[in-house]
Amino acid sequence: MADPMKIRAQMKGDTAEIRVLMSHAMETGQRKDNAGATVPAHFIQAITVDVGGKRVIQGQTSTSVSRNPVFGFKVKGAKVGDKVVIHWEDNKGDKRTDEAVIAA
Amino acid sequence: MKQRLSTLMVAAVMTASFAAHAQQPAKKAPPPAKAAAPAKKEGITAEFEKFREVLEEDNPAELFEAKGEDIWKNKKGPGGATMAQCDLGLGAGVVKGAYVQMPRWFADVGQVMDAERRIVHCMVKYLGYKEEDIRKQPFSNDQRTPDHVSVITYVAAQSRNLKIAAPQKHAKEIEAYRIGKEIFAYRAGPYDFSCATCHGDDGKRIRTQDLPNLRKPAEAVKAYQGWPGYRMTGGFMLTQQWRMNDCFRQQRFPEPTYLSDSITALLAYMTVTANGQVYKGPGIKR
Repeated sequence: MADPMKIRAQMKGDTAEIRVLMSHAMETGQRKDNAGATVPAHFIQAITVDVGGKRVIQGQTSTSVSRNPVFGFKVKGAKVGDKVVIHWEDNKGDKRTDEAVIAA
Repeated sequence: MKQRLSTLMVAAVMTASFAAHAQQPAKKAPPPAKAAAPAKKEGITAEFEKFREVLEEDNPAELFEAKGEDIWKNKKGPGGATMAQCDLGLGAGVVKGAYVQMPRWFADVGQVMDAERRIVHCMVKYLGYKEEDIRKQPFSNDQRTPDHVSVITYVAAQSRNLKIAAPQKHAKEIEAYRIGKEIFAYRAGPYDFSCATCHGDDGKRIRTQDLPNLRKPAEAVKAYQGWPGYRMTGGFMLTQQWRMNDCFRQQRFPEPTYLSDSITALLAYMTVTANGQVYKGPGIKR
């Protein structure tokens, strides 16, 4: 089971600023370990973000994203108290969903 | 759907925490600023500082804080012992503010211990970790972050925005400071280096990395709060002990054993020098 994400969501004027920190190895599949064996690719490949029950982002990521990545979004039309649900899935089928509420 | 949220993505800035760094110069300062600026920071340093500021808001160290908190609060050792029994100097189980008040004298072991040493001591004593195992891999690498590193990160984070106040009451605490000060200035090795060679004057640097002058409080705090820190190169948490060991390596000194007295003494010297400054760690480093 993957480690939890850290989500920060805050209104700035009429825009909600959402930032999420994910815990993931994000292996590219190009690295070799000390024994010279290739470290298999292991990366987040799908991310979705729902705000207030509405999907605002559906994205695909690949190996160019760093380990423990941070993503930031600005969403117009959201309001304080809206629920933010972020979900990711990696290439090995591991997944994680976390929630936060937009703060004032 | 009456109240349709006009959910418009203004910018789905997918800031991959550092892969994006090549694409960042989009909003660079206007070129003339470069030539002017009498008190200019070296261009590259300024760029890195901006980069670090952006990242500080979302320091991946938080992920390790969360792991450490879980171990501190929930993990049980043999006989059901927990870290709630661990005294970091402010009473059993008290974490808030403890980090910035170490190294200190611990009567139960009759030693001055720095935070890292004390935490490892507690994890061995209460949670049943084996010291040999911890010594086998004391520092994080890309395969694994040892549990104690996460716990250290958690404990350090519990002192965020508090003033550094390493005690100098017990004779041994004062002794540790003095020994640290001496080691700091001790020149040896094939390069005839001491810590002070790089960290004893203002304005020194290695390549693009500014080196704090550890003789001054406002500078010592920079080194102090950098570690434990998240290193973006590689993407893992590293501790103060690691930094010290690596400085020894860079001086071509023999590398100290993990949690050695000499490192505790050096940390005592650095921490006491930084006393009164506000701790803003855990850090983030490139």
